[in-house]
Amino acid sequence: MRRLSSFLHRHPYGRLVGLLAAPVGWLVVIYLGSLALLLMAAFWDTETFTNDVVRNWNLDNFRQILEQDVYRDVALRTIAMAALVTLADAILAFPIAYYMARVARPRTREILVVAILTPLWASYLVKAFAWNAMLLDDGFISWFLGPLGLGPPGDKVGLWLTFTYFWLPFMILPIYTGLERIPSSLLEASGDLGARSLRTFWKVTLPLAFPAVVAGSIFTFSLTLGDFILPTLIANQQFMGTVIYNDRSANLPVAAAFAMVPIVVMTVYLVLARRLGAFRAL
Amino acid sequence: MAESPTARLLLRLGSGLTLAFIYVPLFVIAIYAFNENISQTWPIDQYTTKWFRIAWEDDEVRSALLLSLKAGLGATAIALVLGLLASLAVARYDFFGKETISFLVILPIALPGIITGLALQATILNVLSPLGISFSIWTIIIGHATFCIVVVYNNAVARLRRVAGSLEEASADLGAGSWQTFRYVTFPQMRTALLAGGLLAFALSFDEVIVTIFTSGAQQTLPIWMLTNFGRPRELPIVNVVALFVILVSIIPVWIAQRLTREATAVGGTAAAAAGARQ
Repeated sequence: MRRLSSFLHRHPYGRLVGLLAAPVGWLVVIYLGSLALLLMAAFWDTETFTNDVVRNWNLDNFRQILEQDVYRDVALRTIAMAALVTLADAILAFPIAYYMARVARPRTREILVVAILTPLWASYLVKAFAWNAMLLDDGFISWFLGPLGLGPPGDKVGLWLTFTYFWLPFMILPIYTGLERIPSSLLEASGDLGARSLRTFWKVTLPLAFPAVVAGSIFTFSLTLGDFILPTLIANQQFMGTVIYNDRSANLPVAAAFAMVPIVVMTVYLVLARRLGAFRAL
Repeated sequence: MAESPTARLLLRLGSGLTLAFIYVPLFVIAIYAFNENISQTWPIDQYTTKWFRIAWEDDEVRSALLLSLKAGLGATAIALVLGLLASLAVARYDFFGKETISFLVILPIALPGIITGLALQATILNVLSPLGISFSIWTIIIGHATFCIVVVYNNAVARLRRVAGSLEEASADLGAGSWQTFRYVTFPQMRTALLAGGLLAFALSFDEVIVTIFTSGAQQTLPIWMLTNFGRPRELPIVNVVALFVILVSIIPVWIAQRLTREATAVGGTAAAAAGARQ
């Protein structure tokens, strides 16, 4: 032990390798290795009768995904849902983020941050069950909407509400941080130059907070793309996550190929978000 | 910069509505645990606590709880060791590819859970099974540990950045070896951060469902038990009780962790990333 200790003392490089070997080894071998295997599987085949994977390299899976309407429809439906959820979250998140950043006293602000963070950690599954129960025809939402003369929301609207609910904290937190960083002097200057508060909001606050909204949208968008439990529990409709999940046991290669779609969409999204300065707002 | 009274009122109203939107579903599910009736209609007409006893005496629930606890502890232990090692390397050394390490640690949580799950399942079926390792508690632990490393790592790095490296240099100047310095100088300063990271890792693992679906085979952790039994009307009241229990088990460690660190951003930032892992 002592000899090892003094060896390490004399060789900082040896210390560094010792520290990094286990965590990097774990993540590279187990995680990156698995991702690489998944990528390779996208180019393999399955035996028609046994569903066994055959390592026969070809591009058929990708051709199937591009040519069959089902896959395209599902991909477009998922992306449209992700966009609508992102929009709703941005609209819901802005007032409370603004209140926290610029109006609330420090103590209230602290409490609100905890209040927003806590539900993030409350079990994903439990929240899904809650929404399933609330959206029943004789559940909480119809009970709440009934007196207003509204019926229960349909499958799609229900799922949209649920997704919006699930990812809302991911939108509030970056917008809050973004708004807090805007120096008050800029807003005062705008007022001094004669702008009314609404004009200051449109011309100064909103443009400066926009990268933060984009930062939040990375989460709301990506999380909607990959989810397969909520569509199953709430809407019983096919989305990218559900198709990948359902295909995986019968045809892993096709599932793996379709899994590349959310990965590619998110990569493009991240590149665009980076251009808009969203990474600095994270 | 002062907002007008009307603007303040509107902001307060908007914030209140958003908060209500966030909390109402949690209260609804908590109340359902006390629902006498098996169907989930609202409003509830009769309340009872009998489901708590029935859930406690349910053998399936007990064995699922036990598996969740074991898997959570195993994953937390591995994540603590690996996260601590990586944080020491990144916070105390300069080397080529340092940025890559942070990226590598975050990746399992940044990619959608279905991708992580599917990739791990492909490895278990194609690589591990031929070697004689099939689905077991170990495959669950390996999967959970992989995405739990980031919470330990983030907390540990935040703490190491805050406490200066000069104390460690002083320790070395006074003749302490690497191990002595770690044992008597570095570790005591990191203890609460590691405890917080460990609690968060446990909460994350205890509650994880997506990656578990792909790595558990036929075994049932508590979330998997819930998902399986949610569709069975007779089991639904028990699922509601377990749901309330799971909310508490995942929230309490987070509150303790937050008190322990006070480095709110570490917990907050990771929370955002961490909850992403559940997808």
